[in-house]
Amino acid sequence: MADHAHNDHGHGDHGHDSGFHASMKDYVIGFVLSVILTAIPFWLVMTGALHSPAATGLVIMGFAAVQIVVHMIYFLHMSPKVEGGQNLLALIFTLIIVLIVLSGSMWVMFHLNQNMMPMPATMDGMG
Amino acid sequence: MSTPKTHLNKTGDELVASYYDLHEHAHPDGYSTNLGFWIYLMSDCLIFAMLFATFGVLGGNYAGGEGPKTLFNLPLVALNTSMLLFSSITYGFSMIAMQSGKKNATLIWLFITLLFGLAFLSIELTEFHELIETGNGPQRSAFLSSFFTLVGTHGLHVTFGSIWLVTLMVQVGRFGLTAANQRRLQCLSLFWHFLDVVWIGVFTFVYLMGMLR
Repeated sequence: MADHAHNDHGHGDHGHDSGFHASMKDYVIGFVLSVILTAIPFWLVMTGALHSPAATGLVIMGFAAVQIVVHMIYFLHMSPKVEGGQNLLALIFTLIIVLIVLSGSMWVMFHLNQNMMPMPATMDGMG
Repeated sequence: MSTPKTHLNKTGDELVASYYDLHEHAHPDGYSTNLGFWIYLMSDCLIFAMLFATFGVLGGNYAGGEGPKTLFNLPLVALNTSMLLFSSITYGFSMIAMQSGKKNATLIWLFITLLFGLAFLSIELTEFHELIETGNGPQRSAFLSSFFTLVGTHGLHVTFGSIWLVTLMVQVGRFGLTAANQRRLQCLSLFWHFLDVVWIGVFTFVYLMGMLR
C-alpha cells in the first residue's frame, strides 16, 4: 500500500524526479530525535550534571553534530538519490569549506593571542 | 542507424547534428530549481560560517562588560528553540498535505508555521530589547557585536522566511496548488529547515557554550 503510493507520484515525461517525497514517518522520526537531541544538551548545561565544563562542551558539540545530520536526513531529505546526488555533493563541498573556515580562524587567532606582546593585567578582557 | 553515411555525403544540417545535440529533450519547467536553490542555501551557509568564526574569535572579549553567564537567559532560549522546532514539523505537515493535494490543510499548516515563526521572532526581539535596554547593545563589546551580528542575521532570515511564507499563502489561496506553487513551497521548505539547522549551531555554540565559558 505504502509502496504503491510512493511509486505513484509525478514522474514527468522526462522521467526526472525533481525533488523529494516527504513522508509523515520521516518528519515524526526527525522531530522526536531533534527534541531528544535538543533537550539533553540544555539539561546538561542547566544542571551541570557532568561537573566539568570541558566534558560538557564536548558532549553538547557531539549532540549538535548528530542533530544536524538528523535534520539533513529527515527534514532536508538529503540523500544520494535526490537530484542524482548533486545536492549532496554541494553540501559536502560546503561542509569542507566551513570546516576550513572555522578551524582555520580559531587556530590562527588562538596562536595570534598567544604570541601577542605581554599586556598589562588591567588590559585583560578588553574587546 | 539506417543507411551508413560517410562524412562526405552528409548535408550541412546533418553535419551539425552529428556534433551537437540539436534535439535536446524538453526539460520540465523548473526542473533545476531545487538544485539551484540548494546551491544558494549552501552559499548562505558560508555566510553563517563566517559569522560563527567571527563569534568564535571575538566571543571571549567582553571589554570589561558582562559575559554570557549573566546576560543569557537559558530557559528563554530553550523556549525559542522549541518554537523553531515546532515550526519545522508543522511545515513538514503542510508539505505532506500539499503532496496529497489538500489545499486547505496546506494553508492551515502554513499558517501554524507562521505563528511559530512569529513567536520565535518576538521572543528573540524581547531578548535583544532587554540586552540593549540594560546597556548591553552591540556597541558594548566585541562579544556583543559578534553576538548581535550572528543571531541578528539568523533572525533576519526568519523574518524574510515569514514574509515569503505569507506570500506563498496568498499564492496558494488564489491560484491553488499549481506545479509552480508546489515548487515554491519546496524551496521555502528547504529554507525553513535550513534555518533550523543554523539555529542548532547558534544555541549550541553561542548560548550553551557561552554558559560554560
